[in-house]
Amino acid sequence: MSQIIWDGLFVGSFYALIALGYSMVYGIIKLLNFAHGDLYMLGAFIGFAVLASFGGLATSLGLFALIIVMMLSMVITGTVGVVIERLAYRPLRGAPRLAVLITAVGASFTLEYGIAAIAGPNPRGFPIRLTGDVFLVLGARVTLPQIVLMIIAGLLMIALDTYIRRTSTGRAMRAISLDMKGALLMGVNVNAVISRTFFIGSALAGAAGVMAGAYYGKIDFLMGFIIGLKAFTAAVIGGIGNIRGAMLGGLVLGLIEAFGSELVGGQWRDAFAFAVLILFLTLRPTGILGERVTERV
Amino acid sequence: MSENTDTTLAPPAPPKKNTLGARITAIFENKYIGWPALGIALVMPFITASAYSLNVMTTALIFVVLAAGLNIVVGYCGLLDLGYIAFLAVGAYTAGILSKMFELPVLFTLPAVIVMTVLAGLLIGAPTLRLRSDYLAIVTLGFGEITRITANNLQVTGGPSGIFGIPSFLTIGELDLQQPVIFYYITVLIVAGLVLAAARLGKSRLGRAWRYVKEDEDAAEAMGIHTYKVKLLAYIFGAVWGGFAGILFASHLSAVSPQSFLFLQSALVLMAVVLGGMGNMKGVVIGALVISLLPELLRDFAEYRYLVFGVLLVVVMVFRPQGFWPARGHEPERKMTAVDAAVAEGRSR
Repeated sequence: MSQIIWDGLFVGSFYALIALGYSMVYGIIKLLNFAHGDLYMLGAFIGFAVLASFGGLATSLGLFALIIVMMLSMVITGTVGVVIERLAYRPLRGAPRLAVLITAVGASFTLEYGIAAIAGPNPRGFPIRLTGDVFLVLGARVTLPQIVLMIIAGLLMIALDTYIRRTSTGRAMRAISLDMKGALLMGVNVNAVISRTFFIGSALAGAAGVMAGAYYGKIDFLMGFIIGLKAFTAAVIGGIGNIRGAMLGGLVLGLIEAFGSELVGGQWRDAFAFAVLILFLTLRPTGILGERVTERV
Repeated sequence: MSENTDTTLAPPAPPKKNTLGARITAIFENKYIGWPALGIALVMPFITASAYSLNVMTTALIFVVLAAGLNIVVGYCGLLDLGYIAFLAVGAYTAGILSKMFELPVLFTLPAVIVMTVLAGLLIGAPTLRLRSDYLAIVTLGFGEITRITANNLQVTGGPSGIFGIPSFLTIGELDLQQPVIFYYITVLIVAGLVLAAARLGKSRLGRAWRYVKEDEDAAEAMGIHTYKVKLLAYIFGAVWGGFAGILFASHLSAVSPQSFLFLQSALVLMAVVLGGMGNMKGVVIGALVISLLPELLRDFAEYRYLVFGVLLVVVMVFRPQGFWPARGHEPERKMTAVDAAVAEGRSR
């Protein structure tokens, strides 16, 4: 029982980390960034490339090297996120929803198969595998890497939450999400702030990618697709556009999944998660922490 | 126009009639363009009838049905469905399972397939069609994945290896309609009928309601259109088209497996609709043919083709948000009056 809860919380913290970016982007420009899951994949591949090129040196340093690589990967995925926004989403800011959604699907495709073309379509083994001592906490098997990764995820989330609540950029983001034109008239540089939002969201996804690669040990170019869906589900459960909601939603989804796969079998885990999504959307589209939004003007 | 004896009106002269572009447009906007297209499809086996080319052409035609079905949902009604391939799966699995279980020709599973796809359309549409468009997109994506995972894990669908050895399409005495050439012709006729039906549907009263919902849902609601019902109907029609494609698919390959129903496939069908021009059935047919035939012609670029498709989706949307060849004004029959011509030429009367 406590094993299930622990596993759920661990997977959930990954979901939460990716859901944050999803939720931020959605909150600010109401765009479903389908490419977000693929930025997670990109992060894993960048981590892989860096570690593979440094070879033995990096593997001997272990966790420390991993954190450096993670930061590097965050910078690159963040930049890629900004570039995607600039090239694919910004020209369509006033366009019909349908066009923007299709663009997002195209961007996701481009990333997936771009990586497949560069790195090859076969799964790769990650050079660093995190292994560590196993503790027994309340009857659950807890490994050291799990704890470290959860702490990293937690720190990133807290940092982001503080950033959005305490800084002027964070205030600008909240202003844009409430009323883009109004923010513009009040002197907010809307494009710059949106770029920054994409940077942060994508960087978090990249960090999650490196962490997942190091933890699971295997990466492939389609790994972002399912996790992107899951992250969206988490964001919806928590109330999309709401940062704390995304964290909560990630943990809740992790728990739901853990219990679900215990209940109906592991092969149905993903189906179970999406069923929860559909149920949630039909019953409470605004999520746990979401406010009721007036859809139409 | 020479019959126009009213001397107060100048003969209608649409501007820029003689440019090449306008002529090509005129050809494509022609009402009877479908007949030559059908003719080409019927003549093709006389030009090339190798097993390979027949296979490729039949596959392309099945893809056309899918694109026509998705065009009803996305192009006409403006509902983004990212799990459309699920309907192909429902159709193909229903046809495969029933015909194998009862040793029936695949054709006889048609009623069951229609019932099943309508049910699938209702099942997906009913709870979700009240959602906002982007939520709908992700929910359909989830449904597509659920369908695939279900097919992958159930006993009756044969699990990951799927169903194979599906009986022939129909056998009449000595004549086996499963033979590639005959099956190709059957496919041509069915596809032509379905494309025509979809195009007619777009011009019907319901089709106009769909377009209205696409343009402005609130206004449509205010004008007395039951938007939920109309959207659900679009979904169901799309599902049935997918089911027809499923029958042809199951019969053509005589095997069905979950691998055929990846998100990739949904995205490709969407790509065909977008590339062809959302809402324009002629364009969608061409888009579907391009999407399914181009990879065959560009075998060397096979590794990069999905990358190219992805970039193309973005580029088309950025530069032409309505699609590459969008539906034109909804009243093509309307002739230009003298007043319009004068206004177009910028002279005052």
